[in-house]
Amino acid sequence: MKKSVLFGALTVTGLVAGAAQAATLDEVKERGELNCGVVTGLAGFGAPDANGVWEGFDVSVCRAVAAAVLDDPTAVNFVPTTGQTRFTALASGEIDMLARNTTWTFSRDTDLKFDFVGVNYYDGQGFIVPTALGVSSAKDLDGATVCIQTGTTTELNLADFFRNNNMSYEPVPIETNAEGQQQYLAGACDAYTTDASGLAATRATFENPADHVILPEIISKEPLGPLVRHGDNEWADIVRWTLNALIAAEEYGVTSANVNELAAAPGSNPEVNRLLGTEGELGAMIGLESDWAKKAIAAGGNYGEIFEKNIGENTPIGLARGLNAQWTNGGLIYAPPFR
Amino acid sequence: MTTTSEPPKAGFHPSQLIYDTRYRSLTIQVIAFIALMLGLSWLVSNTVANLQALGKDFDFGFLGQRAGYDINQRLVEYDSTSSHARAALVGILNTLLVAVLGCALATVIGVLAGVLRLSKNWLIAKLMAVYVEGFRNIPLLLWILLIFALMTEATPQPRDFREGGDAAMILGDTVAITNRGVFIPAPFWGAGAGILLAVLLLSLVAIFFWRRYAHRTQEQTGRILPIGWGTLGLLLVPVTVAFLALSLTSGRQVQPVLATGASEGMTLADYAGSQQAINACTVPFSTESLNLRRLMRANDLRFNLVPVADGAEAIAAAEAGRCNILSLPASTIAASVPAGAVALSDTITRGNPVEFERPILGGFNFEGGLQLRNSLIALWLALSLYTGAFIAENVRGGILSVSKGQTEAAFALGIKPSRTMRLVILPQALRVIIPPMISQYLNLTKNSSLAIAVGYMDVRSTLGGITINQTGKELEGMLLLGLFYLVTSLVISGAMNVYNSSVKLKER
Amino acid sequence: MSDTHSQTVSYVRETMLPQAEPPVSNRGAILWLRENLFSGWFNIVLTLVSLYVIYWALAHTLPWVVSGIWNAGSLSECREIRDATLGEGASAACWAVLVDRWQQLMFGFYPSELYWRPVLALVIFLAAIAPVLFAQVPRGALWFTAVSPFVMFWLLWGGSAWFPVAVALGFVLGWAAWRALAPMAGTLVAAIVSAALPIVYWFYTAGPLARELEQVVGIGIEYVPSQDFGGFMLSFIIGIAAIILSLPLGILLALGRQSDLFIINKVSVGFIEIIRGVPLIVWLFTASLLLNYFLPPGTNFDLMLRVIIMVTLFAAAYIAEVVRGGLAALPKGQYEGADSLGLSYWQSMRLIILPQALKISIPGIVNTFIGLFKDTTLVVFIGLFDPIGLSNAIRATTEWNGIYWELFVFIGLLFFICCFSMSRYSLYLEKKLQRGHK
Repeated sequence: MKKSVLFGALTVTGLVAGAAQAATLDEVKERGELNCGVVTGLAGFGAPDANGVWEGFDVSVCRAVAAAVLDDPTAVNFVPTTGQTRFTALASGEIDMLARNTTWTFSRDTDLKFDFVGVNYYDGQGFIVPTALGVSSAKDLDGATVCIQTGTTTELNLADFFRNNNMSYEPVPIETNAEGQQQYLAGACDAYTTDASGLAATRATFENPADHVILPEIISKEPLGPLVRHGDNEWADIVRWTLNALIAAEEYGVTSANVNELAAAPGSNPEVNRLLGTEGELGAMIGLESDWAKKAIAAGGNYGEIFEKNIGENTPIGLARGLNAQWTNGGLIYAPPFR
Repeated sequence: MTTTSEPPKAGFHPSQLIYDTRYRSLTIQVIAFIALMLGLSWLVSNTVANLQALGKDFDFGFLGQRAGYDINQRLVEYDSTSSHARAALVGILNTLLVAVLGCALATVIGVLAGVLRLSKNWLIAKLMAVYVEGFRNIPLLLWILLIFALMTEATPQPRDFREGGDAAMILGDTVAITNRGVFIPAPFWGAGAGILLAVLLLSLVAIFFWRRYAHRTQEQTGRILPIGWGTLGLLLVPVTVAFLALSLTSGRQVQPVLATGASEGMTLADYAGSQQAINACTVPFSTESLNLRRLMRANDLRFNLVPVADGAEAIAAAEAGRCNILSLPASTIAASVPAGAVALSDTITRGNPVEFERPILGGFNFEGGLQLRNSLIALWLALSLYTGAFIAENVRGGILSVSKGQTEAAFALGIKPSRTMRLVILPQALRVIIPPMISQYLNLTKNSSLAIAVGYMDVRSTLGGITINQTGKELEGMLLLGLFYLVTSLVISGAMNVYNSSVKLKER
Repeated sequence: MSDTHSQTVSYVRETMLPQAEPPVSNRGAILWLRENLFSGWFNIVLTLVSLYVIYWALAHTLPWVVSGIWNAGSLSECREIRDATLGEGASAACWAVLVDRWQQLMFGFYPSELYWRPVLALVIFLAAIAPVLFAQVPRGALWFTAVSPFVMFWLLWGGSAWFPVAVALGFVLGWAAWRALAPMAGTLVAAIVSAALPIVYWFYTAGPLARELEQVVGIGIEYVPSQDFGGFMLSFIIGIAAIILSLPLGILLALGRQSDLFIINKVSVGFIEIIRGVPLIVWLFTASLLLNYFLPPGTNFDLMLRVIIMVTLFAAAYIAEVVRGGLAALPKGQYEGADSLGLSYWQSMRLIILPQALKISIPGIVNTFIGLFKDTTLVVFIGLFDPIGLSNAIRATTEWNGIYWELFVFIGLLFFICCFSMSRYSLYLEKKLQRGHK
């Protein structure tokens, strides 16, 4: 029977559903579904398509974890969260993990009692301005009107940036990205600021993208990554190492195309063998089957494939790898050794 | 329920608690009370346990921490270093501002639309019906979003005001309507403003007595005095006369502009060319500051303002090199002029009792003047139009509730239609209109919490939005937010109920 | 006037003249125009201004609407078609987004092969309220009304049929306890037991019982999780569920507010005023951020259900005020008449007062429902996919990123149709009731 959380509530069986603070892994397995918090809609990172199937860069992380744990990348219950509700949803146990372009900060990791398990996208806050404005640097924006999306770290960064540079500005807080675009295109603000990845996605949808320029300054560090509740270290390990498996797979050349072949028999690279479970018992150490990483990789491909499919240069979003290239290519994406 | 019965002969028996009507109500209440207390303590104990499990505490200390975010519209001083409590205060004032403005405009729109919907003009009646039904049947959130987007699309951006653009300021270059807001001249008090204010107060008192006199004359003799014209005259004439008189007497004072490192007789434009940047020491919101800024704007100069507390500090700042230009009233100049400063050939003619600073197109946007932000206007319009549609229906119902005989009787007495409306129909209709109007005002105030949709920073967006988000104090923040709205609602309904009982039909 | 007189006076016409047409300026369209549009200088000005307003509004919107493009797969495709057919930068709506996504706007992510279920649920709802709204329907149909919430719940969410049955059994249990105890132990004891028994049953027995039954005889349809609910369906479900569930609570609160019992009166007043004094959006945030704090540690349920609970409490306060209006409108003689018949409080309420009070409250209840239905758009702020939330999600896909007005126009139009027809109905009801009273 599909577990009906709803019914549990109808009968006020708080006591029945009560032992929720037990191991998240067991709970997920028992439920047969992973509850994954995602964004309500952000181009390239997570949005439902015409059939209601969720797609995107962050969504793929959820699918990989579901594949690793439940052997089914579709066994994910996507819970859309807003900037305001995401942390409560995670803290209250409504979702098992949050994969929703969330910046890893000190206070979120400590004070809000979460564990960031890694970084799946290195982002930073940037500005987009119309070319006609003749601005070539964010330092020229003294006195400008700037549109920002509220409820995120962006408004704090913006305040700090202008304060540090002793410049004045007029913030125009905006609730959703769609409204931000509309306001910016109508000229109600001189610049629009959000994460650089979002800016690229936004610019790609303009009628005349060439009329707008993304300024070179990145005014903040925004390491975005999935996070889980503090305290359940087994579960955190699973999510952390699933992400690392995707990253390592790219490094070692394991793709969704060849993963089955490589996992069939031990190959020449012992690290790949350990990763895919043909050698050693890594899976058992985190309470999963030995081919957990193979399933995760088979779900949507390795990190590079996921990147290219959802936000890469051949998509309308058109993001370059940049900081998010493998460390071997001069980027920051780096998985600890699998041993 | 309360039936009187003979007192029982025997003493008290426990079964009376259930069967005796005198005690039963007490029993029910005690049981209800116990159940209520049990329920409450269950909620509280759950909350305590949950907070403990999450490692959170219940504490309002976050209100004292640095907020870290900026708010564009603020009625009190605030910047990103202020505390969360201050941010909440800014939000509260913004909420109250839009609520008060909204209630006023909604009443005007509602009364107009309600009366016009009963108009004999078929076209206007239908048009008003479309307005009322359209706004009543589509969610407010949608209207707010639509009106906001419409305003940004339909009005020109500041860039269009530059040369070659297709927009221009109106009313003699004093008002600019842009998609960032409407920029209007900002009033500043100058010398003699106190006298002007006193004159205004006096004329208000005079108006009060004039109206009382006119009413009394009408009651005693039946002669109708021109109340409206008299009021208008009393309001405008003395103030205008005083303004002109004050301007003529004090408007001629000449005040030098002092600049460090300038040579004698230099013009402001030459001086600006010789300097890298112009930093002006001014006392914010003072006449001197205003005049200096006006002069520099007239010369098309870009400058930075260095705020100082008073003239002495301005001189000290100039000597320390923090600014290179300042202008002070002649009296203080005589006492001390900053070392190395000389007067430029440009001078400032000291102003009128009330000065208006015009908005001037700056680098990105209009500068100076008073900016009525688009978010405020959009929210204000949307709330007023939406609530106005409901008020219009109340007004229509109220007017229809007055029997036709009243109108006919008034006409039979030879009272003009406009006066019939004002003196006969409306006072009676008001009794029907006011009670639902109170709840509309309450709705408008509560609906202002949708401000976030247009980026207007009301209390829901500051305290209930960014603050909660940054500090993770949902419980405390929501509690404060709920309390604020509750108190506001109770105050509004209390005040309106007092007013209602004053217009109610007095039954003797 | 006597006959003789008319015969004698020959200069009086003997036959009636055929009625002449009024002058051209005083009849037909011209008269109508003159009377209704141009009857004075003020009216002429008003007419001209109105005409200009109408012209202005139409001139700005009509070309955009009419030349809209209906067949395209994405916004950029729309723009290409527009540039090809209408010329570069012409104003044209891209209605293709509605063709592509209208199902989502109506049903959210509900599986498309199961659309019949919410539609059937709506039909059942309409059938179930018929006995309440129309006196002609036989009273026996009320049983159908009582059962319908469970059927609707089962149709919408699916899963095992035994769960709604097990929940419904709780009510039967309470009713049975009342019937059994009331004659023996008195009404007070019976009331307490019949309230407490179902709660205990729901807490401990209902879940396992349903599971056992399911294992013995499995009757079930496909389960649809609440995350798949969205669009207008979500608005309707929240609105209808809240109004149905809030009615009993609202009636109790209204009675409590009229009660002489000090504590009950004050608690009712406090509840109503607190709920009404705080905006719905704050309550929704409470539901999404705080409700979990108030429940036993580890309890965790569905956001949609939390929203329905919160909206129910919210609606109950408003319904209570509507019902209070109905109670106050009844002549005092009705209360005194009931008392003089020796009816107990609950008997008089059930048999005399409430049937009349509720009848005059129906227009108010319908209006409350319209308000509630419109207010369901606020759930977008807590991440539920109501029509506005869905419009944001649609804009986040690569095909439709950048589309703005078309979705809002569609949503607004649908809301208008729903709410306008309901408000017309409540107006009609009001008129009918007024006639009934005179």
